[in-house]
Amino acid sequence: MDREVHSQAYTKSRLGRWALIAVPYAWLLLFFLAPFVIVFKISLSEVVVSIPPYQPVIDWANGLAGVLDTARQWSFDNYIWLTQDAIYFKAYLSSLQIALIATAITLVVGYPIAYGMARAPKAWQPTLLMLIILPFWTSFLIRVYAWIGILKNEGLLNQVLMSLGLISDPLIILNTNAAVYIGIVYSYLPFMVLPLYSSLEKMDGSLIEAAEDLGCPPMKAFWQVTIPLSVPGIIAGCFLVFIPAVGEFVIPDILGGSETLMIGKTLWVEFFRNRDWPVASAVAVVLLLILVIPIVLFQRQQEKQREAA
Amino acid sequence: MAKKPIGPVRRAFAPWEDPNAIPFIEFRNVTKRFGDFVAVDNLSLSIYEREFHALLGGSGCGKTTMMRMLAGFETPTEGQILLDGQDLAGIPPYKRPVNMMFQSYALFPHMTVEANIAFGLKQDGMPASEIKSRVDEMLRLVKLEPFAKRKPHQLSGGQRQRVALARSLAKRPKVLLLDEPLAALDKKLREETQLELMTLQEDLRMTFLIVTHDQEEAMTVADRISVMDHGHIRQVATPGEIYETPNSRFVAEFIGDINLFSGQISEVNENDARLFCTVLGQHIDIQGAGKVTAGSNAAFAIRPEKVRISLDKPEPSNANVIPGEVWDIAYMGDVSIYHIKIAETETVRAVVANTTRLVERPITWDDKIWLSWDRDAGVILTK
Repeated sequence: MDREVHSQAYTKSRLGRWALIAVPYAWLLLFFLAPFVIVFKISLSEVVVSIPPYQPVIDWANGLAGVLDTARQWSFDNYIWLTQDAIYFKAYLSSLQIALIATAITLVVGYPIAYGMARAPKAWQPTLLMLIILPFWTSFLIRVYAWIGILKNEGLLNQVLMSLGLISDPLIILNTNAAVYIGIVYSYLPFMVLPLYSSLEKMDGSLIEAAEDLGCPPMKAFWQVTIPLSVPGIIAGCFLVFIPAVGEFVIPDILGGSETLMIGKTLWVEFFRNRDWPVASAVAVVLLLILVIPIVLFQRQQEKQREAA
Repeated sequence: MAKKPIGPVRRAFAPWEDPNAIPFIEFRNVTKRFGDFVAVDNLSLSIYEREFHALLGGSGCGKTTMMRMLAGFETPTEGQILLDGQDLAGIPPYKRPVNMMFQSYALFPHMTVEANIAFGLKQDGMPASEIKSRVDEMLRLVKLEPFAKRKPHQLSGGQRQRVALARSLAKRPKVLLLDEPLAALDKKLREETQLELMTLQEDLRMTFLIVTHDQEEAMTVADRISVMDHGHIRQVATPGEIYETPNSRFVAEFIGDINLFSGQISEVNENDARLFCTVLGQHIDIQGAGKVTAGSNAAFAIRPEKVRISLDKPEPSNANVIPGEVWDIAYMGDVSIYHIKIAETETVRAVVANTTRLVERPITWDDKIWLSWDRDAGVILTK
């Protein structure tokens, strides 16, 4: 009898656990998987001049037979098309390259900030954290537009540099890849600083003292102890910057020039200018796959390490 | 497994009694201030080679600051610290021939046990083969050979403590600094480790400096103890001297348990004295009272285990005798602590070994009893 009570309690607690897990799963199902399935479905269609601008459209009136009938008309032609026009491949490659370089710069800029914050007196840290988060209170779009005023030929930056006599002719930054890097580094810096700060802040200060005590000069201790221990923060920060940067549209559109090739822009052109929803959807699906694969690989690696430990 | 021989008899070691001995570590009038707070106040201390020295005191007494100044993590505001004749001023921690075992152990979590121990050796650019043999030697020393490839988080608290110890010993420092090394261990493991530390220090013939708040630990491991309070050293002496002849009320009360009787010195006769205790309304005779002057205020201090209790009045031969009443008994297993009421406001503690079974206890609550102690059993404290 005792056992029954026990197993009842067990069932109850298991139910509770499932109910709890169900909430995020339902969220992901509704707002991630369902839209993805719709986009994927569109990517298998063919462009036509109509509303919606693709076909076949599922005929729900015929029930399952209608769905199957539509499915028979689906094809991977759009994906084949992506491989035939070099522009897509170049755009993907260029996006990955820009995102990679921008992530590296963000890491180099963000690490000292996070380090300084973690080493600052405890009483200052909430304020410093607030300052990092503060830009989020203004619209992202407006902040990116503001960079035009700073970077343009007669902009703030050039005026300051010229009045200081450092340069005689204005630097051409706006509408180049340099402006895109500046925009990405600026916009995504908090996403780099916050995970770095949280991993550095957790670190036991006596570890550095121990390293010094054992004969390691401070600079060397930084490389041998601080950096390895902040690797989880570095990885998290890089993912948080790299992933949105690959698909970034607003920054290259506003700050970049004609030579700036990014997949987000390509997608926008396909979708709005060419009204080719199926190809745009195929571009989006491939982008998702490009991003999902490294994340899955990374997670599997992490799990392996945990199992080995 | 065959038992290891326990080794030769531990001989008396007392270089501090030799006026010609040169101190190995010397704090000369060292002061350390943090803002307005004086952590260490004009303090001088000599520690000798191969000595196991303990800095003992409560939190905030300055003991940790002393150790951190020796390790190089803090700079003295005033004064000098010498090690083996060399002034340590301006030498950064990574160039000092001392190693520290941290209270938190501070093991590098991303490195294996082996790599942790090898860390200091690598900094010195020791050849890989030598590092390997030294690490193996250290692992053997702390009996952790099977755990060489583990990471710190895969070890128990006791094992981690040993890794920390091995790491700080690996470079064979001139001085090993131990910052509350056993605070995180449970009582039984702590006692075992104390003995191991002593053996290790004996075998390695190294100078050890331990910081602790645990007086029992200091008494067990150290050759000499510095009792610290508010940035001052109250007494530096061997555990025996500290316990038997504390130089002040502070030291007497800090180390072990003690009964204090305040009063006035009424008579002085060479080395003997007589103290009138106001609360008792009675004289106490003390043999070997040291330098005291008649008429001065003082306190008589006696350890509870030196106080005898009996139902019958003992013959007043060479002893002080006081009547009392059993107020409470604390049973500790090996001993019982009797709280004896001697006046309306005073109790005296007497420790009695439980030589008989509990049920046969001859003296119990409310019994009218007699307290007695030999004239040379206690000391006079004037500070």
